[in-house]
Amino acid sequence: MEAFLANPEQALVQLLTGLAGASSLFLVASGLSIIFGVTRIVNFAHGSFYMLGAFIAYSALEHLPRTPLGFWGGVLAAALAVAAIGLVVELVLLRRIYRAPELFQLLATFGVVLVVQDIALAVWGAEDLLGPRAPGLRGAVTILGQPFPAYDLVLVFIGPAVLGLLMLLFHATRWGVLVRAATQDREMVQALGVNQAWLFTGVFALGSFLAGLGGALQVPREAASLHMDLAIIAEVFVVVVVGGLGSIPGAFLAALLIAVVHAFGIVIFPKITLALIFLVMAVVLVFRPYGLLGRPLAPQRASGDALAARGYGKSDYPGLGLAVIAALALLAFAGGDYALTVLTEILILALFAASLHFMMGPGGMASFGHAAYFGLGAYGAALLVKYWAAPMALGLLAAPLAAGFMGVVFGWFCVRLSGVYLAMLTLAFAQIVWSIAFQWVEVTGGDNGVLGVWPSEWAHAKEAYYLLALALCGASILLLRRMIFAPFGFALRAGRDSPLRAEATGIDLALVQRVAFSIAAAFAGLAGGLFAYATGSVFPTYISISRSVDALLMVLLGGVETLTGPVIGAALFVGLQEQLARATELWRLLLGLIIILLVLAFPQGIAGAAQRLVARRA
Amino acid sequence: MTILGVEHLEKRFGGVHAVRDVSFAVAAGELVALIGPNGAGKTTCFNMLNGQLRPDAGRVLFDGRDLAGMPPRAIARLGIARTFQITQVWSSMTVRENVQTALLARHRQIFSFFVRATELHRDEADALLRDVGMEDQAERPCAVLAYGDLKRVELAIALAGAPRLLLMDEPTAGMAPRERIELMALTARLVRERGLGVLFTEHDMDVVFAHADRVLVLDRGRLIAAGTPASVRDDVKVREVYLGSGAVFA
Repeated sequence: MEAFLANPEQALVQLLTGLAGASSLFLVASGLSIIFGVTRIVNFAHGSFYMLGAFIAYSALEHLPRTPLGFWGGVLAAALAVAAIGLVVELVLLRRIYRAPELFQLLATFGVVLVVQDIALAVWGAEDLLGPRAPGLRGAVTILGQPFPAYDLVLVFIGPAVLGLLMLLFHATRWGVLVRAATQDREMVQALGVNQAWLFTGVFALGSFLAGLGGALQVPREAASLHMDLAIIAEVFVVVVVGGLGSIPGAFLAALLIAVVHAFGIVIFPKITLALIFLVMAVVLVFRPYGLLGRPLAPQRASGDALAARGYGKSDYPGLGLAVIAALALLAFAGGDYALTVLTEILILALFAASLHFMMGPGGMASFGHAAYFGLGAYGAALLVKYWAAPMALGLLAAPLAAGFMGVVFGWFCVRLSGVYLAMLTLAFAQIVWSIAFQWVEVTGGDNGVLGVWPSEWAHAKEAYYLLALALCGASILLLRRMIFAPFGFALRAGRDSPLRAEATGIDLALVQRVAFSIAAAFAGLAGGLFAYATGSVFPTYISISRSVDALLMVLLGGVETLTGPVIGAALFVGLQEQLARATELWRLLLGLIIILLVLAFPQGIAGAAQRLVARRA
Repeated sequence: MTILGVEHLEKRFGGVHAVRDVSFAVAAGELVALIGPNGAGKTTCFNMLNGQLRPDAGRVLFDGRDLAGMPPRAIARLGIARTFQITQVWSSMTVRENVQTALLARHRQIFSFFVRATELHRDEADALLRDVGMEDQAERPCAVLAYGDLKRVELAIALAGAPRLLLMDEPTAGMAPRERIELMALTARLVRERGLGVLFTEHDMDVVFAHADRVLVLDRGRLIAAGTPASVRDDVKVREVYLGSGAVFA
């Protein structure tokens, strides 16, 4: 590190590398920010558009002449193609669900992520594809005696150029002014007679164009791969949250900050580059909770997102719960090994979903990163086994403690925010945990994970482990339910329904929410620990974004406003995944389509819809 | 006996001097109205009294104790309850559950994880609901109540904190004339029975002159008159800025 600081030329090159990286990041982030600002949809599929931009540019450049015109024309054509795809997605899907709760919109966009993944796999294959280098910019320029790629130097200027064009668009054109007005108050814009539908469509296409452009520009720098979508979306969330949602200059500043931190981090702290980025974000948010240039979101008047505005009924019915558990226990003697494996997984995921539901339903705090606590529990147990050969009982005790402790730490930051900001911050923290599990190879085994995490002798048999999982998950779920009906649950709901009233009544809302966050984390950790012993191994994928989304999916499938929702959601989810994976190679595509159809058909979740049906009959 | 003392309160929002050098006091058992045209600084005053806003200068004393820097929840625990201009209740709960939750907060039982909340303080909640005339609707979810009824639920929630001072920001806004009179008559009766001090803002002069013991008049952040309803009604300055100019108030 000292040698590095003593060499200012190298530092400058590193800075330029950072700036070049910032350009693509800014393009994608500004697209997400613009879309969010107007439509209030957090578009998970934005990373998929970025990936499509890269793949389409790769294919276009293969067929176009290797001239500067061919190259830049190909890049632009790819971006336009992605804009067209975005247009179709908006017209066919999003336009129908603008009035649905925002988490369902999120879920629908995640359905798009799954669909695009399988389509990209079918069209471009699983191999990483490195595109041609830009004609005329193949070499390096010398800066202060250090070589620097000419293409990267062009990228350094593309970011500010696009920023300038966007500012011009938003300040000097009627359309841009309308977009800014809609970002501030879309009901007002509607009241003034602006055709909102086309404004939204246009904004979505513009945002998709920027994502596609960001992806296409990366083709000469890094190989296009099927992992680009979720990798970039995490970074883009960070940029958007650090910069302030809806602020384009904020996104630019944040992209610079993040990219430069990344570039220097690689040289100074190569082991923790990923964690470093998220630490920067945490620091910014402590001082500026709404990002560098952001402001608190204006409340929406047309409240489509009255998630869980209804009560939960009169009682938690523990007797009924115990009866269900007893009935499930009988299955241990009826089911075969395969059935018991699947049932065990359902139980564990039901607890995982119920823990998320606890903070999301009564607490009103949606998490995009709940897998962090699942993973912390799993790793907590696995590492005890690996380094101290700890018995299973100890591992299962450590799992909720480790996850609960980190829930206290992360929760302190997250609870300061609310709504989408909170959710995005939880995702960022999950990425920190993921990156540590992934990068700290000496301890965690990195990508290879921790193997040999088997249950104690007495729980080795499938039946025994199933019964253990049933006892622990069943008791935990009943406990979570009881807490919702206890004074604590009422205080939590009070804070969700009206924070103003809760505070004015003497409820320490921040404390209540922090405790709820930690409880949810601890139970997710227990689920993770149980999962580790069930599968005998732990991998970083346990903490991946898709696992966090699995949890969201289970809760939302079941219906966030019902208490049985998470359990039903988990059963449906595991069943669906098992069936689809066995039936077809394209299970992601099918799962994605099913999610999209479910959101379109049951915007209240399945248990919620059933409840409503019963209520209508009664 | 003075329970609330406000001394030289100041608040600016950028270039707007919302509250300037406002001083007044409220005694136990007294109904004090804070009136003034829109934008006079009434709600800003309120928000400084219950800790939602921090004054730029001046002091708020409750029972002689300085409330500077205290968050709303701490001020609520000292015994200052408030109702909001836009009614704030917990809409996913029933009427009774709303009051029960407020009672749980007062009895410091929030961090209790295993008892069923609906079994606690049921009688006390029902007594409060009887006081505000909502006992018939105790089982109904708040999400389906009429606006006037919500106002009464909010009053019951506020009273559940056993306050000694009640701050009511436009308690009758949006209500029909008859409901207004009923609600204020109810409030006046509860105040006498319990010996509370009440500070309320109001646009309806009939309500003000019918129920207030004293009236404070704010205009552009400044307190321009204070006294009995009769003396304020006859005050020349008040007539000029407010009453006599023929201005129409909703």
